[in-house]
Amino acid sequence: MQWNGEFLAFFLLSVMAIGGAVFMIHFTRVVHMVLALAFTFLSIAGIYVLLHAEFVAAVQVLIYTGAVSILMLFGIMLTKHRTSDHSDSRSRHQLLSFVGVAAFFGVIMWVIYHTPFSGGKAETAKYTVANLGEWVFKQYVIPFELTSVLLLAALVGAVILAKKERDA
Amino acid sequence: MPVTSYLALGAILFSIGLYGVLTKRNAVIVLFSIELMLNAANLNLVAFSKFGLHPSQVGQVFSLFSITVAAAEAAIGIAILFALYRNRGTVEADRMNSLKG
Repeated sequence: MQWNGEFLAFFLLSVMAIGGAVFMIHFTRVVHMVLALAFTFLSIAGIYVLLHAEFVAAVQVLIYTGAVSILMLFGIMLTKHRTSDHSDSRSRHQLLSFVGVAAFFGVIMWVIYHTPFSGGKAETAKYTVANLGEWVFKQYVIPFELTSVLLLAALVGAVILAKKERDA
Repeated sequence: MPVTSYLALGAILFSIGLYGVLTKRNAVIVLFSIELMLNAANLNLVAFSKFGLHPSQVGQVFSLFSITVAAAEAAIGIAILFALYRNRGTVEADRMNSLKG
């Protein structure tokens, strides 16, 4: 593995992403958890740039680090909660979860590193935003329109669910 | 970078998200951990749009759709949490046991 700019960028970004996620698990104050995870989402946008997916990176920054994080902050600030999320008397549950997740992680990593990968790299020079738009609006135009219907349904549903209920 | 590095990063993030879903009590954080797991899956989609036998930009299209669905899911989840909070007065995930027999 040679030390070039791509390796350095990948190393830094993945350390930032994993660090944010681990801090999310480790922090006790809920707002800090959300900020740590927003940092992770920002790092994942950098990883997308490394993979020649610039548009997806921009969408990631706008949707995740922008919209979803702010939505979660609203969710925390509009509900009353204990500021710290301390989980005493659940150490057995935590241990069991940790063992299960570790086993799952081990199996996945074993599969990833022991499966022979037959394939090459794509010609990323053709991965432009214009080509992406042609994919979305030519071959995948029906899923695109269905997505707009889904977003409309989600909008109406969220408004109806969060609205104050009238006493009947 | 080989594709295995990206897949390993995705697996690590997915596992951390799964651990968060299983152990955190605050339902907002549980929802956010689910978003982390969805992000790990998106990372795999984008990685396989660059590497593989038939790499093409369709992987990025799929990840765009998945980001959209995840955003809708987050909005609905928060709305359900608000409704639940109004009725039960709590967002602790382990006190939502009305359906328990």
